[in-house]
Amino acid sequence: MSSLSGNVWLTGFLTWKARFKFLQNINWGRFSVISVPYLWLAIFFFIPFLVVFKISLSESAIAVPPYSNLLDFNLEEAYVNIKLNLGNYLYLWEDSFYLDAYLSSIKIAAISTVFTLLVGFPIAYLIARSDEKHRGILLALVILPFWTSFLLRVYAWVGLLKKQGLVNEVLMSFGMIDEPLTMLQTDFAVYIGIVYTYLPFMILPLYSALEKMDLSLIEAAEDLGARPIQSFFMVTVPLALPGIIAGCMLVFIPAVGEYVIPALLGGSDTLMIGRVLWDEFSLNRDWPMASAVATVMLVFLVLPIMLIRSKTEKEEGAA
Amino acid sequence: MNASELKSTSSGMVDSPVNIEPPLWKQPDATPFVRIENVTKKFDEFTAVDNVSLNIYKKELFCLLGGSGSGKSTLLRMLAGFENPTSGRILIDGVDMQGIQPWNRPVNMMFQSYALFPHLNVADNVGFGLKREGLNKHDVKRRVGEMLDMVQLGHLGKRKPHQLSGGQKQRVALARSLVKRPKLLLLDEPLGALDKKLREETQFELINIQEDLGVTFVVVTHDQEEAMTLATRIGVMNQGLIVQTDEPHGVYEYPNSKFVAEFIGSVNILEGTVIEDNVDSVRIESPQAGCTLFVPHGISCAPQQTVHVALRPEKIQMSRVKPAQDENCMKGEIIEIAYMGSLSVFKIRLQSGKEIRVTQPNFSRDMGERFTWNEHVYLSWDVHSSVVLTS
Repeated sequence: MSSLSGNVWLTGFLTWKARFKFLQNINWGRFSVISVPYLWLAIFFFIPFLVVFKISLSESAIAVPPYSNLLDFNLEEAYVNIKLNLGNYLYLWEDSFYLDAYLSSIKIAAISTVFTLLVGFPIAYLIARSDEKHRGILLALVILPFWTSFLLRVYAWVGLLKKQGLVNEVLMSFGMIDEPLTMLQTDFAVYIGIVYTYLPFMILPLYSALEKMDLSLIEAAEDLGARPIQSFFMVTVPLALPGIIAGCMLVFIPAVGEYVIPALLGGSDTLMIGRVLWDEFSLNRDWPMASAVATVMLVFLVLPIMLIRSKTEKEEGAA
Repeated sequence: MNASELKSTSSGMVDSPVNIEPPLWKQPDATPFVRIENVTKKFDEFTAVDNVSLNIYKKELFCLLGGSGSGKSTLLRMLAGFENPTSGRILIDGVDMQGIQPWNRPVNMMFQSYALFPHLNVADNVGFGLKREGLNKHDVKRRVGEMLDMVQLGHLGKRKPHQLSGGQKQRVALARSLVKRPKLLLLDEPLGALDKKLREETQFELINIQEDLGVTFVVVTHDQEEAMTLATRIGVMNQGLIVQTDEPHGVYEYPNSKFVAEFIGSVNILEGTVIEDNVDSVRIESPQAGCTLFVPHGISCAPQQTVHVALRPEKIQMSRVKPAQDENCMKGEIIEIAYMGSLSVFKIRLQSGKEIRVTQPNFSRDMGERFTWNEHVYLSWDVHSSVVLTS
């Protein structure tokens, strides 16, 4: 009986030891290299996000910082009071203003993404199919605007689109319009601003997908009876799909939370969540509400991305 | 079942030698299926194909053979419609192909890289062309199934191209190019990416498929062995020109130039000057060979012209004793032997320093009687085995 229990102890010890064996199998050199970006993301993204999430569960208060504590210690009366305020989230749901802002942001971002794709695809296609020695220069031209500050480039559009701006003057001098068009402070200006500033983020992944493509596939399609337009939609587009998805993500995600472009180019009725967030934060000084808005936006954006990721991974895994 | 049928028909032919019709290219009044007339293709200043004229007949398996940059691929691409001739014209089945786009030609091509669509599975790859024809789903499925069965891939229809081996990809590419039943199939290095063993098997399969379907094949290859086994006729290309068009046997045994002789198989080239020029024979004095060379066919040449005599390594006999004749008899020392199993290759250095290649089949296992290093030997050959080349 005792020897049996001794055996059990021994096996227990061995399984316990085996359980921690992975510690010996870790390649520490490799681990330390990989851990750097994880550490970076943890410190500068994940922890700040937890802080924001924490603030979103508190109440607005006239204090520094302007929100209430979640934890309330009282050692004398020996209690710890945890107070989670879900009111901000409830308010987000109840006041249709926020939902409208989210939906309007997504709508503006989606429409802009489609236009960026429509403008970006021909450019990426042209660069990918151009002579190899010209590609470097053409790509450099795509990236060139980054040499100027983002803010300045958006301001430049103010000068172009305003009532006495360049676009109106040119159109009037050619007699195409009689009086200046109102373009600034409209959704139209916001679309132009987003398409213009995010275009490189669309072109680069599209280019890399198109450039990799084996051109004999197009010839094969034509040889099998596909006209150029058919071979474009049945061969080129499906093969560029990873680039299309990547480019759309890179444009859509930042566009949803865009603040500068709607603030500078949009009208007062251009409702975007970035502006709402900023107003809550700076005008209302309601940090908890602003944090709740930010948290919900993140969930809104992260969930679909994760769904797409897992879908593509599944496809790659099956492949 | 096919094999036994084939056997019975062939044995039947042996029993009663029927009058076999000569191949189409030997009938003067036969209409060529593909006519290439004075076709030239220039890329900027570079002439890829230089005034080529060529007739290809129905059910032929015609090989365009040449090194890289010889213009063979450009010629094939002009047949497919991917390139347009700078001048000249191409007729397929009597129709001038000028201005007819690739998707409207009665031609399909099997690409060197196979060019399988990576995003489509095997069945969809094969069915791609049929769907473009507007065939209904049911017929597409049936014909794709038939085609895949023919190339023995019926069970792999759902696989994606990257899940296939090289040999399987090659079969899918072949099936895809044949499924539309083209009048003319173009094959760009069809066996180039396969390993040697697989290539040999596939060669015969390709010939069988071609004969079963009765499609005219034009194959581009740089591999002379491949061309020899596959082709009904070979067009040897060099620098944009077709330098010789003949059956494999003709190209090998009767090369018309030094280039063709050296390009196809291995050959010994002996330089000499014409000393006697008759209607049906020539005598050539060759200090290189160390003897007079007699060739029993007439050539057109100037007196005292320098010519080359081509002699295949397997046509040369080696002996330790001096043969009776003085002409066509060279003397030298064995400097290298390569034992290759079925045959041995000998390198013999003549007194002039010229090295001659001789191959001998290894008839017996016994090594005793073999020639060995540093032996002095006499080389002779049948007078009909050599060819004089003036160009």
